[in-house]
Amino acid sequence: MNLSSDQQVLWQHGFFKLNGTIATTWAMAAVMALGAKLVTRRLKTEGAISRWQGSLEIVVTAIKKQISDVGLSQPEEYLAFLGTLFLFVATASLCTVIPGFQPPTGSLSTTAALALCVLIAVPIFGIREQGVAGYLKTYTKPTFVMLPFNIISEFSRTLALAIRLFGNMMSGVMIVGILLTITPYLFPILMTALGLLTGMVQAYIFSILAAVYIAAATLVRKPKPGAPAQPAPTH
Amino acid sequence: MLIDWFTVGAQMLNFLILVWLLKHFLYKPILNAIDSRERRIAAELADADAKRAEAQKERDEFQRKNKEFDEQRAALLGKATEEAKAERERLIEDARKQADALRLSQDNALQNDRKRLGGELTRLAADEVFSIVRKALADLANVSLEERLGEVFTRRLREMDGNAKETLAAALRASAEPALVRSTFELPPGQRAAIQNALNETFSSEVRIRFEASPDAVCGIELTANGQKLAWSIADYLRKLEQDVGALLEAQPAPAAKAAPKPDDGTTLPPIAVVHPVAA
Repeated sequence: MNLSSDQQVLWQHGFFKLNGTIATTWAMAAVMALGAKLVTRRLKTEGAISRWQGSLEIVVTAIKKQISDVGLSQPEEYLAFLGTLFLFVATASLCTVIPGFQPPTGSLSTTAALALCVLIAVPIFGIREQGVAGYLKTYTKPTFVMLPFNIISEFSRTLALAIRLFGNMMSGVMIVGILLTITPYLFPILMTALGLLTGMVQAYIFSILAAVYIAAATLVRKPKPGAPAQPAPTH
Repeated sequence: MLIDWFTVGAQMLNFLILVWLLKHFLYKPILNAIDSRERRIAAELADADAKRAEAQKERDEFQRKNKEFDEQRAALLGKATEEAKAERERLIEDARKQADALRLSQDNALQNDRKRLGGELTRLAADEVFSIVRKALADLANVSLEERLGEVFTRRLREMDGNAKETLAAALRASAEPALVRSTFELPPGQRAAIQNALNETFSSEVRIRFEASPDAVCGIELTANGQKLAWSIADYLRKLEQDVGALLEAQPAPAAKAAPKPDDGTTLPPIAVVHPVAA
């Protein structure tokens, strides 16, 4: 039994290979991009809008509001990165209802890739907002003694992001697979539904945590007048 | 090994590509559409606010004009009412004046009719009285009315009391013209001579007289000299008759007045012959 779709190698040429994870990711990305293209091709700004446009507007505005609620004052700048994180993980979870589909987020490589993206994006956004020196100084807060712990925290939380998402998604697929061999028919359906819910929650958690990390990196240097500086959350 | 580093790198690249794709095909168009719609809604709301303000302004203007119109209408109505009231009073006054004038005219006409009727009645009555008396005297005493008139006149002349006699004598003496004896009928020569004799005897002198028949002037016989007059006439009788007829005419509108005259009307008349020794 394969724990990860990474081991389903479809094509390989030396170092390069096409496994199940990459293939499903391409398929999902193609569906998402084509669907978005199809819906946004005929956007209306007057009169009655289509149901698809309404749905996508709800999704986009909800993500934007969540980002704004976290504390990022310019949610449009982070919408593409954080929104895609959420939509990718959520779509992967949603696709688990397709029989035989193995979500790419069930692969530790994918979750590690996403966590690494967050790990890289946080300093990028922080430096863009505060400059290199300003961002690097956040590691010495509240005292210089905290510098190693802050660095450790940076990597550990990235690891936690990757492991958490991988564990939840992989476990859901594994449980369904195991249950199918023990108790077929009704029970696996319930577990799939539960896995769907868990996947959605994980998508939300993953993107919200990424937003919190970015917010911590961009807002810590800009305390409100009279208010204490917001400490960078650690994980 | 759970982590395949090639896959990690490929997935990172895939993820970044997906970010770019969704940014261009999802987030940007959707956000642009939302912004465009919000701008349009804001513009429409601003336009609606402007129209509402305009409508409010026009409504205020309309209410102000309406109020002015009501006030003007009330003023005009009040003025028209006053004018109508004044006009009505004027018309009523005119009608009252016309009614008064008409009533006065009717009263005058009625008065004239009554006078004319009275005069006519008096004349007819006089004619009738003289006719009856003449016939009665001729039938009963075989004497003419003229003779009887002359006799009565001469007797009255002779029976005059002293004071009247003196006054008349003085008038006869003072008069340069002959005294005038007027009678309703032409006196016969005998009667004329008898009157001349009676005058001569009464006043003990030759009294110059001239005779004149005047049917419309007197209802009997009269002697006029220098403003003094001695007469015998049935004028009082006729005046009483005229009064009775006038009273009858006034009572005529009443239904009872339309009945026949009372049978004793004639019995209440005064004596037919009345002597008026008048010293005018």
